Amino acid sequence: MEQGQKPHLITYGTYVLVWLSLISLTLLTVTISGVDYGRIALFIALVIAFVKSVLVVSYFMHIKFDEAIFKFFILVALVTLASIFILTSTDIFFR
Amino acid sequence: MEKIELREPISANQTNDLAVNQVAETHHHKDEVGAKIGMWLFLFTELLLFGGLFLLYMAYRLQYTNDFIIAGQELNLVMGTVNTIILLTSSLTMALSIAAIQRGKKNLSILFLISTILFALAFLVIKYFEWTEKFHHGIAPNAPELLSKPNGEIIFFGMYYSMTGLHALHVVIGLIVLSFMLFFLLRNRINENDYIKLENSGLYWHLVDLIWIFLFPLFYLIH
Repeated sequence: MEQGQKPHLITYGTYVLVWLSLISLTLLTVTISGVDYGRIALFIALVIAFVKSVLVVSYFMHIKFDEAIFKFFILVALVTLASIFILTSTDIFFR
Repeated sequence: MEKIELREPISANQTNDLAVNQVAETHHHKDEVGAKIGMWLFLFTELLLFGGLFLLYMAYRLQYTNDFIIAGQELNLVMGTVNTIILLTSSLTMALSIAAIQRGKKNLSILFLISTILFALAFLVIKYFEWTEKFHHGIAPNAPELLSKPNGEIIFFGMYYSMTGLHALHVVIGLIVLSFMLFFLLRNRINENDYIKLENSGLYWHLVDLIWIFLFPLFYLIH
């Protein structure tokens, strides 16, 4: 951010909309968990959790409007974490 | 040695100038991007801390799928859902508190920050009732009744207590940090022109929320 430049402000309304989406997704995931989707139930629940965290990180944590370096950092952290998970799960499956 | 010798001859007048310069610098060159990067780096270490536990959870869940499903039924879905909603709402009021101080609305910012603190307390109170109820049913770490269950169920509750426990510890730390921020806000140490402390505390609080977003389906929504 350049000196004297005003930071990007997110409106109160946007925050409330994000919150409403988060609550709706929570109620959705609870409702869906009552239905028996078998093996993909966990997958659906994790996809919903992932969508919720994208909303929190983008808006509440302001990443959508921050410098590119923050997005890059997060990408590196997530790729690291994902590789650890993928490597461990292949180890479990092919043991 | 040389450096020390060089520094010694500085006169009283010069040190005074240095002090003035330093004050001027802290006022004009507050590196907010740097402060935020530092905070994010810390958050990544938190991510790895919880990541390790999630990894363990994944490994055990693949090994004891059925036991995890049976044990998961014991958790109180209503309490878990209410706590999720409380934590999401506390994240909203945290974001609103920052939005208010950015616009110079100090009182509104204080009001939202106090709401965040109250929601955090409510989360802990519900967690307390949830845990004590489990304890009364003999599901406590190392309780004989729990130990008589199959291995997978013991591990499920072990993971449940360690992961939600570590998360609750983070809520407590968040509460303490936010209380300090409230004090700074009241004393105008956080204001319209300098609110990076509040922003970084907010980042920490949202991380606590993020971790719960994943804990909730993994423990409460197993079927």
